[in-house]
Formats: sequence, C-alpha cells, structure tokens
Amino acid sequence: MSFDNAYESLVDHEDEHWAFGTGFAEPLAGVDREIPSAVDAGDLFEYCLMLGDDALVLSQRLAEWCSRGPELEEDVALANIALDLLGQARLLLTRAGEAEGAGRDEDALAYLRDERHFRNVHLAEIECGPFAGGDFATTMARLLVFSSWKVAQYQRLLSFADPVVAAIAAKGLKELAYHRDHAAQWVVRLGDGTPESHERMRAGVLRVWPYLDELFTAHPVELRLGVDPAATRAEVDQVLDAVFAAAGLDRPDPVPAARVNGRAGRDGVHTEAMGYLLAELQHLHRSLPGATW
Amino acid sequence: MVTAPAERAAFAEGAAPVERAAPAVRTAPAVRTASDVRTALEVAAQVRDPELPVLTLADLGVLRDVAVEDGRVLVTITPTYSGCPAVDEMGADLRRSLRAAGFEQVEVRLSLSPAWTTDWITDDGRRKLADAGIAPPSRLGPVAVGPVPLRLTPPPSRVACPRCGSPRTVELSRFGSTACKALRRCEDCAEPFEHIKEI
Repeated sequence: MSFDNAYESLVDHEDEHWAFGTGFAEPLAGVDREIPSAVDAGDLFEYCLMLGDDALVLSQRLAEWCSRGPELEEDVALANIALDLLGQARLLLTRAGEAEGAGRDEDALAYLRDERHFRNVHLAEIECGPFAGGDFATTMARLLVFSSWKVAQYQRLLSFADPVVAAIAAKGLKELAYHRDHAAQWVVRLGDGTPESHERMRAGVLRVWPYLDELFTAHPVELRLGVDPAATRAEVDQVLDAVFAAAGLDRPDPVPAARVNGRAGRDGVHTEAMGYLLAELQHLHRSLPGATW
Repeated sequence: MVTAPAERAAFAEGAAPVERAAPAVRTAPAVRTASDVRTALEVAAQVRDPELPVLTLADLGVLRDVAVEDGRVLVTITPTYSGCPAVDEMGADLRRSLRAAGFEQVEVRLSLSPAWTTDWITDDGRRKLADAGIAPPSRLGPVAVGPVPLRLTPPPSRVACPRCGSPRTVELSRFGSTACKALRRCEDCAEPFEHIKEI
C-alpha cells in the first residue's frame, strides 16, 4: 500500500483500513463457551470479575501515562502494557458475562457497574503516578509487584477447571512475564543508579508495600474454586528478593493489609482513589451510551 | 473448537500461499466440493496482516484452520497478543475477501488455545520480514514448564541487522510501534530497525 500523503490512507475506502478500534467485536467469538459442569457458574462469574477487574483497572492507571512518560520509548512501553492488560480484561469480563448468564457483555461490566461491584485488588487502583501518589519509579514498583504476582497466578491457572480461563491465562502469561521483566529492569536501573534515583525507587517500593498482603489473602470464592492466592506467595517473594538484591534495595518490613471489617478490594471495598478512576473510565459511555469513534 | 467435517484443508506451516490474480466473483453457490475448500484456503491465506502488510495471515501463523461446513466457510484465527487491535480488522478482511471470492456465508472464529507463538511465523514470512527491514524473531523451541524465570538483563543478542547482516545489534526499546515489536539499532551500520520480539 502506498499513498501520496498520509491522509489518503485515512480515506482508503476500498480497504476500509482507516483506523483500528471503530467497534468491538465479541472477543470470544467462536470459542467453545460451555461452562464445565465441575465449575459453579456463580463462582466463575465472581472469579472472572476479580481477574478481569485487576487487569482493567491497572490498564486504566497505566494509560494515564500516555504523553507523560519520562521518554518516548517508555511512553510507548506503558501504553503497550496497558493494551495487553486491556485485552486480557476484555476476554475475562466477557467470560464473566457468559458465566453470569444475564446478558451483560464486557462493556456493560466495565462501564455500568458501580464501585462496590468492582472486585480488583487495591494495588491496581492506587495512584502511583504520573499524578499524585508517586512518580515513574513508584509506577515501576507497582508494576513489578503486580506482574510478579500475576505471573505466579496465571501459571497456576493453566490447569484451571474452566478451559476458557485457562486459555486466557496461557495467552496472558507470556505478556505478563515480559511486563514483569521490564519493570524489574527499571527497578534495578533506578535502585542501583544515582542517590536520587535510589531514593525515589525506595520510596516507590514503600508506597506499594502496604498493598502486598491483600494479594495473598484468599476470598471464599477463590477457596471454593481451588485457587488460593496464598500458594503464590513464596514464588513472588523469591522474584521480589532477587530484584531487590540486584537493585541494592532493602525489602521493607511487612505491613498488614488495610481492610474494612476484614473486607477489601475482592469484596468491593475500595480506596478513595477508585471513585475518581471509575469516573474517568466510565463517564463517556454513561453520558453517550454506545458511543464509538 | 468445533470439529469440521471431512472437507477441510489442513493448514501446513511453511506452505507458501500460491500467488494468484484477484478471484472471480461467483454468482451461483452450487455444490461445495473439495476444490471450494482449496479455494477458500487460498483466499484466506492471502489476506494480509493489517499492521504488517508484508505478511499474509498465513505467513504470520495466525490462520489456524479453514473449513467448509454446510456451505459456510469457517475460518479460525488466533490473536498474537491479548490486546492486539488488529484482530477485528483481520476478521473483517477475511470476510470481505472470501465474499469477493463468492463465499457468501463466512464465519471467523477466534481460537485462544494453543496460544500463538512467534515460532509459528513461517520461513517464508521470516524472509519477507527481513526483506522489509524488520528483524524476524529467533526460534524459541518447546516451551519450558514451570515458573517463568526472571530476566534482569536483556538476553544476549541473537538478532542480526536486517540491513547489513551484522550480528552486533542492541536493544533501544523493549516496546515498539505495535504490540509485537521491539526497537533495536545496528552497531555497525548504525541504522535503527524493528524486531518481532519472541513470545
């Protein structure tokens, strides 16, 4: 394909390649969707929401870096990581909708649920930069912890009772390992860098550390499905310790997870930041239902 | 995936799609035969990737199956990355091309498992990428089972410069213009170039 100027490609009606993302097809079209009899559909619905919301909410947070990255390459990197997570979220929320069987699709679940119905962990939603709550180093600290945990989680989901979730995990695992290594390389570079970068990296790790415990605290739905997140803790600790050692960072002291009457993100109880995040994520769809571009 | 009947063209990796002229529009969808399956396969195999137009979907390894069932063409594709925005476009292009070739009923299915790997890019596809100045991915081989080992440093370069062939290349950015590419530079000819990263 060649064009005399860039605008011609935008009106290339014959190929209809003017842009991507003009509409969403169903992301699981053609995949065998039957819910296995060994899996409780209600539990599967809730668990897919947990996994899907983790990915969706962190994707939204990372997208806030668009045009604000410390350098062009990193701007592109964060957008790419956000896109991978968004893709995983679409597949997982679609699966959640199928398990629920009430006719809600990915859009209904992403845009039309209120805060109390989101099941993501707090780590995904807290502000870690570019705005309040941190900077690029904090964002990398969060990405390292989140993706190290997700790699261990998805690894175990490869043999999950629902083959659709297992397939989504197999697909996402390779992406998450790449994200984790990217974050790890930055944590080492900043931690083992100048006094200034070291201090910012140290502050970044401290910022996200109180949200670590929640990642390994099982929700009853997870226990019923045989996917206790506590089983991932040793593997995640090992990865974090290896990165901290190379980065010259101390592992912070354990901080007990902040919970409200024993409840946290998995129960729909969120931090103050969540409402603002959802306002930005959902506003357009709620104001102009079905809007496309 | 739904198992299709006997009229199916198994899709062999490395099979070079036959170059052919624009297919004639058929008007009467009469009896579907094995030749229809072949034709559908040829048409589907020549649809190009919207983001890497030097490659066909067959070259890229995302075209997993073409079958004809009750007069309908069933095409199965697999996404490269979970968030690949080109998947919808691939489906639309497949439907358009197959309709133009006279297949009125076309269904495009998405297969997630087994997950796509860059090892599925055909030898022909690798040549086309290199000719277009994009370094093809190295072969990964069988996937190891168990925890994914942490990598704190970029892997030793096995990527040759697609322009001058020098093996002395460095990674500039782990992410590039599309989900599947990283950016590198040749230390000898100093040209930056894109590289399909191995997954």
